[in-house]
Amino acid sequence: MITKAVLRALDTKAVIVISILVAVAILVPLSNLFLPVGHPMRVPNYLVSLLGKYLSYAMLALALDLIWGYAGILSLGHGAFFALGGYAMGMYLMRQIGDRGVYANATLPDFMVFLGWQDLPWYWQGMDMFWFAALMIVFVPGLLAFVFGWFAFRSRVTGVYFSIISQAMVFALMLAFFRNDMGFGGNNGLTDFKDILGAPIAAPATRAALFSATALALAISFLLCAMVIKSKLGKVMVAVRDAESRTRFIGYRVENVKLFAFTVSAVIAGVAGALYVPQVGIINPGEFSPANSIEIVIWTAVGGRGTLLGPIIGAILVNAGKSYFTGAFPDFWLFALGGLFVFVTLFMPKGIVGVFVSAWTALRARRASARAQKGIGSVTPGPDEPATPRTAPDDEAAPHGAEPKPAE
Amino acid sequence: MTSELASSLLYLDDVTVSFDGFKALNSLSLVVQPGELQAIIGPNGAGKTTMMDIVTGKTRPDKGEVYFEGRIDLTKKDEAEIANLGIGRKFQKPTVFESHTVWDNIELALKNPRGVFASWFYARGQSDTGRIAEILETVRLTHRKNDFAANLSHGQKQWLEIGMLLAQDPKLLLVDEPVAGMTDAETEETSKLLKVIAKNHSVVVVEHDMSFVRDLDCRVTCLAEGSVLAQGSLAHVSADEKVIERYLGR
Ligand SMILES: Nc1ncnc2c1ncn2[C@@H]1O[C@H](COP(=O)(O)OP(=O)(O)OP(=O)(O)O)[C@@H](O)[C@H]1O
Ligand SMILES: [Mg+2]
Repeated sequence: MITKAVLRALDTKAVIVISILVAVAILVPLSNLFLPVGHPMRVPNYLVSLLGKYLSYAMLALALDLIWGYAGILSLGHGAFFALGGYAMGMYLMRQIGDRGVYANATLPDFMVFLGWQDLPWYWQGMDMFWFAALMIVFVPGLLAFVFGWFAFRSRVTGVYFSIISQAMVFALMLAFFRNDMGFGGNNGLTDFKDILGAPIAAPATRAALFSATALALAISFLLCAMVIKSKLGKVMVAVRDAESRTRFIGYRVENVKLFAFTVSAVIAGVAGALYVPQVGIINPGEFSPANSIEIVIWTAVGGRGTLLGPIIGAILVNAGKSYFTGAFPDFWLFALGGLFVFVTLFMPKGIVGVFVSAWTALRARRASARAQKGIGSVTPGPDEPATPRTAPDDEAAPHGAEPKPAE
Repeated sequence: MTSELASSLLYLDDVTVSFDGFKALNSLSLVVQPGELQAIIGPNGAGKTTMMDIVTGKTRPDKGEVYFEGRIDLTKKDEAEIANLGIGRKFQKPTVFESHTVWDNIELALKNPRGVFASWFYARGQSDTGRIAEILETVRLTHRKNDFAANLSHGQKQWLEIGMLLAQDPKLLLVDEPVAGMTDAETEETSKLLKVIAKNHSVVVVEHDMSFVRDLDCRVTCLAEGSVLAQGSLAHVSADEKVIERYLGR
């Protein structure tokens, strides 16, 4: 059953994307660790962490696209799940510091000693064990998404109303995490990490391993999303996106379909956050800021909403642009980002990937018609075969403008 | 009345719905027998579509009883539950899944477990493939099976929606204005098709096209202002003075 779903997901495109990610996961660390410094093919240390960060953003955008591109749920609070996964990882990393902190307290992180706390709060228990922290990385974002989605989808909160309450959720979390008495380091967040799984976190080998882990996690997330999208469940999601009430009238429980997609998406976002934190070395409440969550939407739109590759490309390109701009023209970045979003929304509704897909489709159609004119392809189409060349029934070539329509 | 309830497939009694004080249904009572084909006619705004909204759970009645198979209270169920009980509906404005192919539209509607995980791990077997092909043949869309539903003509969308109804294999089909926007030839085909479907399903058809209703040759109910004006054979109903005055004679 599962194997069938995996095989169905692995079409040519998916195999190519996954192979590239696996190759990157192997080659970048090899080049960084084994080529001599100064070699033209060597990926420098700073770039390994930077690329690792981009890949964790790509995972986050992929997670958003699963619900926005395919099920029509526009979450403007997806940064919450990313940050919660990040905080869970941060708590594990804090506890690994042990007595090497400024106050040399073996159990309490520095900020708790500073606040005069005597005992570790109950929710910090067990976070010194990696397996437990890993469980929480999946469980906490998943649970929040499940509970939030349960109430929202059951009471049929859709469209902009859903977007607004998701934004309110991330904002509320930000305010909560800013408070010192929440026990998550307040303003400063969690930082000064030393080890992860016993390996020094700043060592090039550890950085390379984290990079590989992120690339592989992205490949696995891609496969998981493809397994959903290519199945009948994926078709039901698209049906929900385009005509929600019609889907109900043929007997699907729309709220369950959405809840499933939303929870899976939150878990992927949480894992992405957990991989992000050790590579950037800090997690603070700024990750919950509403603007961050909106940026995720922009990456996805730029790359191509409703395609699996689009969000990955979008997240990498926009963030590469951000790294460049914030260095070169720091005041200019937000205007560039806003302008980009407006441009994409107006002129590239299917994003970068959409532009390539339509160019490719047009090229093929032109070639086919040229062939037909020469008389080479003059085979009469059978009764079942369409006369005109047509792309395979593939979401990426689907007619856009299938905006949500109420059934009657 | 209770024996009528017990033997009925669909039973509406004294159903009233108002929108901002306007009574779209005004103590409407209506019975559909198992196996019956029934046509519903009536002027614009008579409440025909609203009646279907009540039955399929889209709208809740302010007052009145709605029972399916003589015992299931439909006013307590939501849309998906009602669909899974075996009530299928074709909408007045054809609504198909535009960014899916014709084939996928039928596949989504095909009677199969509707759960999240059942859908995720669904693999189309030979019997399902055969069934979908058969339905496409019936609604004459085989040659367009790989096209996106968005690219169908209005009439073809109507037929696709009828195909989706067939795929659901419901006990009761509610069909709202199936021939609107169709050519005469298509209309004739549709009435033939509905009569074939009615052989082993119960069907309620709402339609304004009188020659179509004549073709169906079944019991006719005329609604006006939210309640039943007349009921019986088409000849009987169209001879009724109130019907002539309020609907036919206009
Ligand atoms: N959701 C709603 N809100 C307000 N008014 C409504 C609503 N639904 C229906 N109505 C009103 O109820 C009345 C009955 O509408 P309905 O659609 O049932 O008529 P109908 O018999 O199907 O007419 P037609 O032949 O034009 O399709 C109309 O006056 C309509 O405007
Ligand atoms: Mg109507």
